[in-house]
Amino acid sequence: MNSAEILLILPELTLTIGGLILLMVAAFAGDRVAELTNAFAAMVLALALGLLLQGHVAAGPIFSGSIRIDAFANFAKILIYGAAIISLLLAPRFFAREGYRSEYPILILFAALGMSIMVSAHDLMTLYVGLELNSLAAYVLASMSRNDSRAAEAGLKYFVLGALASGILLFGMSLIYGFTGSTNFSGIALGFAGAGKLGVLVGVIFVLTGLGFKVSAVPFHMWTPDVYEGAPTPVTAFFASAPKVASVALLVRVCIEAFGGAMADWQQIIAFLSMASMLWGAFGAIGQRNIKRLLAYSSIANVGFMLMGLASGSAAGIAAVLSYLLVYVVMTLGSFLAVLQMRKADGEMVEDIAALGGLWRQRPALALALAIFMFSLAGIPPLFGFWPKLLVFSAAIGVGLIPLAVVGAIASVIGAFYYLRVIKVMLFDPPSGVEFPVSGGWMERGVMGLAAAYVSIFGFVLVGPLAHATHHAASALL
Amino acid sequence: MIGLAHYLTVSTILFVLGVLGIFINRKNIIIILMAVELILLAVNINLVAFSAFLGDLAGQVFAMFVLTVAAGEAAIGLAILVIYFRGRGTIAVDDANQMKG
Repeated sequence: MNSAEILLILPELTLTIGGLILLMVAAFAGDRVAELTNAFAAMVLALALGLLLQGHVAAGPIFSGSIRIDAFANFAKILIYGAAIISLLLAPRFFAREGYRSEYPILILFAALGMSIMVSAHDLMTLYVGLELNSLAAYVLASMSRNDSRAAEAGLKYFVLGALASGILLFGMSLIYGFTGSTNFSGIALGFAGAGKLGVLVGVIFVLTGLGFKVSAVPFHMWTPDVYEGAPTPVTAFFASAPKVASVALLVRVCIEAFGGAMADWQQIIAFLSMASMLWGAFGAIGQRNIKRLLAYSSIANVGFMLMGLASGSAAGIAAVLSYLLVYVVMTLGSFLAVLQMRKADGEMVEDIAALGGLWRQRPALALALAIFMFSLAGIPPLFGFWPKLLVFSAAIGVGLIPLAVVGAIASVIGAFYYLRVIKVMLFDPPSGVEFPVSGGWMERGVMGLAAAYVSIFGFVLVGPLAHATHHAASALL
Repeated sequence: MIGLAHYLTVSTILFVLGVLGIFINRKNIIIILMAVELILLAVNINLVAFSAFLGDLAGQVFAMFVLTVAAGEAAIGLAILVIYFRGRGTIAVDDANQMKG
């Protein structure tokens, strides 16, 4: 270890030190300074983001090979920090009714730190520590609203299934360690050649199962709708964006760097998870009445499309996954910003899709933004949500995974139905009688407007830099 | 002579018991927490056995990490359980059905 290596983890150090200082401040000053803590936490994240954007990228593993700072990790971290900042900005107004608490920004900071370690992990131990730092913060975040029994139930379900997933993941990691003789990703990749085939394969399956829980791929998705519905909406927005990026990026890194030698084996598993997620994400959403549950199924289906890019295993596929992650994060955060505007005059949140009836006449701008997000999530061509879908499909077809691409096309047609239903309710249904007065600060509405502009046709303007960044990031892995 | 296979057998049995404890048990959420601990215990036996067998210390270091994180996890699990109990007055698994899952 030397000082040059310390400099490479400056963003993480910023989060650690900032988080610890804010923790002390919050512990002594209490919830009176909650809004201030929130602003400082956002600043700490912005500082880390700034360090990341101007920092030099070294491709090599550091700290005896346990951490890897490369273009791939940096791309994911930029998305994670950005999503975390948005989750901080939209929170105080939501929690104003029950009293905003300092725990929220601090937990978001530590979760972001955990995710940062996850995407940089180059060793099973770092992977585990990063994953747990993120998960432990997330369990608490889910049950933040102590007086809401739905939130407590969401936290409990998340905790039990998350702990089970960690256990399965760890069991797989112990087998891989035993049969390859190393916890380091490079060491594992080397050990694959001489190892007993069966033991390693069982380990790979356990690890993929555990990570499948974390990315909420079908058949390991059962916690997702309940947690998304029960958790407070800003927390749900956070869960749907940043941890999704981190766990998908982690899955990609593990599959390519550690399990690269068993590609034929994991490709089948990932292809199956991808198909199941796309189909079940589309069918499961059809009967939903709650907009947060609907977005949960939407996130499951989108993870299926991302896994399609991973299943191709090519550099084009990995770049497609990264593009998909960026556009997905913008669409999802935008949708949740719109959902947060569904607030009655007394501040009570409405989550029922039927309550959106006649929104077009009441709040045309909000209805338009939500319509853009829904069209974009459905992947309808002139909108930018179509672009990453096209990339993952062409990556899958490029390596001959035709059946997977066909299933994906069918699933996205089915999926279009429930997205369009939301639009139909807003535009054509009679007014529901629920009034949504203009609420939320200019910041929330401004960010929502920008996100809507990006995922409408304006995203295509920036396709060049995006393609360059994602290919550069993907080439760091392959 | 007790070899690696014996350790792996014990740990696999413990792991399966833990997973079954989570899925079959319908009575009490505390039992789920115990089952999670069983799973982590199985992992630790695996890690230490492999570590001794390979003559490599990494596995034992890993076991220490798992122990530490498991302690934090149990604390958070119990804290969430307390909040849940305060709201519902019960910790039966079957009663956790306010949302369709």
